[in-house]
Amino acid sequence: MVEISKRNARTWSRMGIRAIYGQALAGYAAENPNVIAVSADLGRSSGLDRFSKEYPNQFINTGIAEQNMVGVAAGLARSGFDVFASTFAPFASMRASEQVRMNMGYMGEPVKLVALGSGFAMGLLGNSHYGLEDLAVMRAIPGLTIVSPADCAEIYKTLEACIGHRKPVYIRLTGGVNCPIVYEEDYDFQLGKAVWIKPAADITLVSAGTTVGHCRSAADALAGEGFTIGVLNMHTIKPLDKEALAHAAAVSCTLIVVEEHMRTGGLGSAVLEFFAEVGAPRCRIVTYGIPDRYGETGTYPYMLKTSGLDADGIARLIKRETANA
Amino acid sequence: MSLIEINVMRSRVRGLRTIIYMVSDLDIRKTIVDIAFKCGESAHIGGSLSMVELLNVLFGEVLKHRPVEPEWPDRDLFILSKGHAVLGYLAVLHLYGYFDADKLATFQADGSDLIAHPVKKLQLGIESSNGSLGQGLSFGLGLALGMELKNEDRRVYVMLGDGECNEGSVWETAALAAERGTNRLCAIVDENHFRNDGAVTTYANKIKLAGIWRAFGWNVIEIDGHDREQICGAFAAARAYEEGPTAIVASTVKGRGIDFMEANNDWHHNRITSNVYKDCLRALGLETVDG
Repeated sequence: MVEISKRNARTWSRMGIRAIYGQALAGYAAENPNVIAVSADLGRSSGLDRFSKEYPNQFINTGIAEQNMVGVAAGLARSGFDVFASTFAPFASMRASEQVRMNMGYMGEPVKLVALGSGFAMGLLGNSHYGLEDLAVMRAIPGLTIVSPADCAEIYKTLEACIGHRKPVYIRLTGGVNCPIVYEEDYDFQLGKAVWIKPAADITLVSAGTTVGHCRSAADALAGEGFTIGVLNMHTIKPLDKEALAHAAAVSCTLIVVEEHMRTGGLGSAVLEFFAEVGAPRCRIVTYGIPDRYGETGTYPYMLKTSGLDADGIARLIKRETANA
Repeated sequence: MSLIEINVMRSRVRGLRTIIYMVSDLDIRKTIVDIAFKCGESAHIGGSLSMVELLNVLFGEVLKHRPVEPEWPDRDLFILSKGHAVLGYLAVLHLYGYFDADKLATFQADGSDLIAHPVKKLQLGIESSNGSLGQGLSFGLGLALGMELKNEDRRVYVMLGDGECNEGSVWETAALAAERGTNRLCAIVDENHFRNDGAVTTYANKIKLAGIWRAFGWNVIEIDGHDREQICGAFAAARAYEEGPTAIVASTVKGRGIDFMEANNDWHHNRITSNVYKDCLRALGLETVDG
């Protein structure tokens, strides 16, 4: 594991999420010949260019054939390899969803399926390339663990946790270059265990992926106005960290789930499903995500801004919701 | 106790590495009909009967496997991609000693793990869950690539149907296997010329199934899928071919062996009643109780 430091975090953020995925995986492949990268012709778009040249025996390009990518990855995973298969989020989760269902869900083959550029990260490439519904599809498949790292450091942590982990995992990468930095020093990461970025407070934000960093910025910005806001990094969306959620509900008056995903079927739905079971008597729960339509498209920052999913938008959301409370 | 069961017991007791007894094609057909009849439900019969000889040669002469040690790490792997033909597969697994008649009798019983499509259960010799057509070859290629990376002397055999070859995902895999020259992968295409709704018209006129596999860069061997000698020869040739994957395109008759089921797609998925069961036994040349 590389060192998580202020300096490294800044460098990684500049390089961006996808480049760091490739770099991190190459690092692990160098020390572990059991690590195999499979790509549906998006090696260069996921920082795997160097990987494919330096470790040609550990890299397979299936061509532009995502269904085959998942099947082949499953066969390799059954053979005992640590297989990371990557393509853009809609192709991983929807083009190949039935292969995911049969191979990773039904058979439980321990593929690590990496969804690149999820949320709005593909910017100008538009809705065809956005990952807006992937969580809804993947969450419905039994047996999958779903992880969305908050920043580049957490990509390292996620990959490290996945190597040798003989269960299927869907890894959802949001964020692009200059992504928010959440971690500047080492921390304890475990699959299924959420991390408190700011302790639970009257208002608590629950998020995953790079939205966590925007949530923290929003909380920081509002601190000067007298708000005390908790931020929970629910990096593992399935299974949810129920203890952390129960704690948030016990402490907070308002719990706001913020996500770069359709409001249907994502983290917000998962949290609501949990509280529908156990109840949250003194806590109001708000879910915020992308409205149920294919909207206009633009650069990543533009998309986050117009969707209210950047720090400013989240700050406005908090004010709105607390005014309502 | 049948001769087969005695032989299976013997091989279990001795822990023999190789199968020393012969399973006949008739044994398999009889078992298919028996299970279909006893389960009392509709089952996929036609596509099970068409691949009997192919599976019998594969399990009897080709596959490196140990029914008494189903998870033997050095075994070859078989994937039934045309998963609906599970009856034929289960009959073969049973007759080769993977599980006993009591287990087989649970076919399509509520809660059984032997259902209308294979469900992965390594202890029973079932390597993969199938039923969704067009996925087995891809999984098989991954397995073969894994063997290649580990430099293991093992092979993967995947049984597909001609109707199944309508699935585009088959051809994603065909292209990649050829590109990589994966010689540990062998596809067996049971070309029985029917799919659910009738004839496989796709490959009946302008395009031929064997020709597509050839165009995709595979070593293609066309045979009569009911001719034991040709089947043995095809598997030997597949094994000898080192440049890449082999597709054995086997022309077969759906419902083979039971005259009124042959090329009669009513028996794609149907129920065997007690009257039909008697007819089946007669068609197989076996005497029925009432003569």
